[in-house]
Amino acid sequence: MNRDRVNKLLNKIPTHVIIILTMLIWIVPTVGLLVTSFRPPEAVGNSGWWTVFAPKSTAAGPYITSCADCHGADGKALPQADLSNPDLIAKYPRSLQLLAMLRKPINGQPHMGDHPLPSPQEAADIATFLKEGEQTRSQFTINNYIDALVGYRGQSTYREDCAAGTQPPDLRCNLSDVLNPRGMGRAFVNSLLVTIPATILPILFAAFAGYAFAWLDFKGRFLLFALLVGLQVVPLQMTLVPISRFYAQVGLNGTFLGVWLFHTGFGMPYAIYLMRNFLGTLPKDLFESAYLDGASHWSAFRQLVIPLAMPAIASLGIFQFLWVWNDLLVSLVFLGGTNPVMTYQISNMVTSLGSGWQVLTAAAFLSMLLPMIVFFSLQRFFVRGMLAGAVKG
Amino acid sequence: MATPQDISKPATTPEVAVRRKPARAPSAAPIPEIMKQGPLVPWLYLLPALLVMAFFIVYPMINTISLSFQNKDGTASAATTCREGQPCWGVLENYRYALTAEFNTSSPGAFWSSFWSSSYGNTIKWIVVMVFGTVSVGLAFAVLADRVKYEALAKAILFMPMAISFVGAGVIWKFVYDYGTSQSQIGLLNAIITSLGGRPVAWLSTTPINTFMIVLVGIWIWSGFCMTILAAALKSVPDEILEAARVDGATEWTVFWRIMVPIILPTITVVVTTMVINVLKLFDLVYVMTGGNFETDVIANRMYTEMYKNFNVGRGTAVAVILVLAIIPFIYFNIKRFLEQEASR
Repeated sequence: MNRDRVNKLLNKIPTHVIIILTMLIWIVPTVGLLVTSFRPPEAVGNSGWWTVFAPKSTAAGPYITSCADCHGADGKALPQADLSNPDLIAKYPRSLQLLAMLRKPINGQPHMGDHPLPSPQEAADIATFLKEGEQTRSQFTINNYIDALVGYRGQSTYREDCAAGTQPPDLRCNLSDVLNPRGMGRAFVNSLLVTIPATILPILFAAFAGYAFAWLDFKGRFLLFALLVGLQVVPLQMTLVPISRFYAQVGLNGTFLGVWLFHTGFGMPYAIYLMRNFLGTLPKDLFESAYLDGASHWSAFRQLVIPLAMPAIASLGIFQFLWVWNDLLVSLVFLGGTNPVMTYQISNMVTSLGSGWQVLTAAAFLSMLLPMIVFFSLQRFFVRGMLAGAVKG
Repeated sequence: MATPQDISKPATTPEVAVRRKPARAPSAAPIPEIMKQGPLVPWLYLLPALLVMAFFIVYPMINTISLSFQNKDGTASAATTCREGQPCWGVLENYRYALTAEFNTSSPGAFWSSFWSSSYGNTIKWIVVMVFGTVSVGLAFAVLADRVKYEALAKAILFMPMAISFVGAGVIWKFVYDYGTSQSQIGLLNAIITSLGGRPVAWLSTTPINTFMIVLVGIWIWSGFCMTILAAALKSVPDEILEAARVDGATEWTVFWRIMVPIILPTITVVVTTMVINVLKLFDLVYVMTGGNFETDVIANRMYTEMYKNFNVGRGTAVAVILVLAIIPFIYFNIKRFLEQEASR
C-alpha cells in the first residue's frame, strides 16, 4: 500500500467518527422506544431497555440441569410447586434456605431423586434465576400493543384481565374493543379520517389556483400572489380563537368537517405557492399547441396540467399528510376528546401519567408507523417539496 | 466579493438547483394571446382557494386583533377589566397583562431573573440555541456526509425525525430523560451518568437546564431539515473553485469558511429565518414534555394556556398578536425574497 492512501484513510477517521456518533445519537432514542414497547411492564420499570442486549444471566444453566426436568422450563410444570409463583419463591431467597429445602424429602422420597444436590454456588444461581422470574423467561411481549390499541388502563394486562373476567367496564373482551374510544385503534381510524380529506382538498384547490396564477391572465395577479407568500408564515395561533368561537356557534366543534376545512385553509398558501412555481416551469408551447388544437382552459387543465403536475402533487401530498397526521394543536382545539386522534391520545397519556412507559411507548410507536412508511417510501418527493418551499406554517 | 455573489445566484432559489431545467418566468412572461380568457374565468379557478383563505386566515386575523382589546369573553372593552389601585393600560389592558404579568419589577435584579424564566426569555433562549444548533449540526453534517460512502443512509437517519410528530418525539425523549428515584435508572441519560459515578438529574424539572433539554429535542427534530436544504445548496458550489483553492494550498477549514460559507450564505439566511419562524410557533414539544411548568413556558404555549385552560379570550388573543408582531419582520423578509427571485428569473 502506498503512503498517500494510508494517509488519506487516517485523515478520514475523524470524519467517520463524527458521522457515526451523530447517527447513533439520532437513532438510539428511537430504538429505545421500540425495544421498550415490546418489554413486559415489570421489566420496563426495573431495568433499562439496553439490558435486553446484555448476555443472558448464567443462572439459567444450573436451573436447567437441576430443576427443569421436573418443574419444566418455565417452572410451571408442577401445579402444587409452581416456581413462577413469587410468594413461593420469596421463601427461598438464598442458597442456604434453598439447599435446606432440597435436602428435605418429599412424600418420603428425596427431593432431587437420583440427581446430585447442586453446589452452594449453583444453588445461589438458581435462587437468583427464580427471583428474576418473568423477566428472564419472557423478555418480549406484544401485550403492550394490545393494551394500547384497546385503551386498557388497568394494573395488569388486557389479556390477563379478560381471561380472569375482571376487565374494566368499558371493555367487552371481543373484537369491538379495537374501536374503544379510549384506545389507539379508534384514534388510528380517526387520524385517517382527518388526514385523507385534509390532504386531498387543499391539493385540489391549490391545483386550480396555481393554474390560474401561472397561466391565466387577470388583474392583480402579482400583488395577490405576493400577499399569499406573506400569508405562508402567519402562525396558526393567530386564527384559532375566532374560528373556535365560530365553530361553537354553528356546531362544528368536535366534527371532522371543521378540521378538514381548517387544515385546507391553512395549508393553502404554501400549496398554491408550490403549485404555481411548478406549473410555471411547464413549457409555454405545450399550452399554445393545445389551444390551437381547440382545447378550452378547462380541458387543458384536466388533460395537461393535472397529469404533468403529478410530481408536485406527490410532494405536496406527502407534506400535507405528515403535517396533518402529526399535528397536535388543531386537533386538540377542534376535536379534543370527542373524536380523539393519535397525537391527542398520546399527549393525554403523557400529561395524565395514567399508564406506564410500556403502553405509552407502544402507543407512540403505533402513531409513528404510518408516517414512517410514507416517509421512507416517498422520501424523494418529500425532499423535493421541501426544497421548493423551504417555509411551511 | 463579486465572484461569490454571482455564483450564489442559484442558491437563493433552492428549487432551481433541484430541477434540471431553469424555471421559466411564470408571471413576468406575457401570456400568449390565444390563451387569453374572459375576465371571469381566472376568478372561478381562484374562488375555492380564496374563499377558504379569506375565511380561515384573513378574517380570523382581523378578528383576533379586535378580540385582543376586549374582556375575557369578548363582550366588552378590555378597559372594564381594570381594577382599582392596580396599574391599567385602558383598552390595552390585555397587553399589559401579557407583557408584564410574568415579570417581577421590584428590583432590576429580580426583573432580570424573572425575565429569563418567563415565556419571553425562554423563547429567546429557544431561538438562539435551537437556530444555532440546527444550522451548525445541519451544515457540519451536510459537509462531512458528502465524503463518506454511506452518505444516503447517514442523511436518511438524520432526516428521520422529520417524519415523527412532536408528540412522538416528546415521548421518545421524555423516556431518555427519565429520572428514577430508585437505584436503577431506566432513562438512558441518567443511566450513563450513574454508571460514570455521577448523580442522576431530574432533567425536565430542574431549572434552568430543563429548557435547554427540550431545545435539544427540537434540534434533534429539525437538524435534518437544515441539513437537506444546505446540502442542496452545497451541491451547487462549483467543484472547480474548491479544487483551485485546494491546489493553491488552502486547508479544508479555509475552504469551508472562505469559499463554501460565503457562497451558500443566502441559503443559510433562508434556513435561519425559517427556523426562527418555526421556533416562534413551536407549541407541541413544550406542551407534551413539561406543559410549560418548571419555568419552561414559551409564547406559543402561553397563548394556549390563556385561551384554553384559563378561558380568557382577550388575554389569549393578545399573546397571539404579540407572537404575530414578532413574526412580521419575517413576513416582510419572505415577500422581499420572493420579489428578488421573480426579478432574477
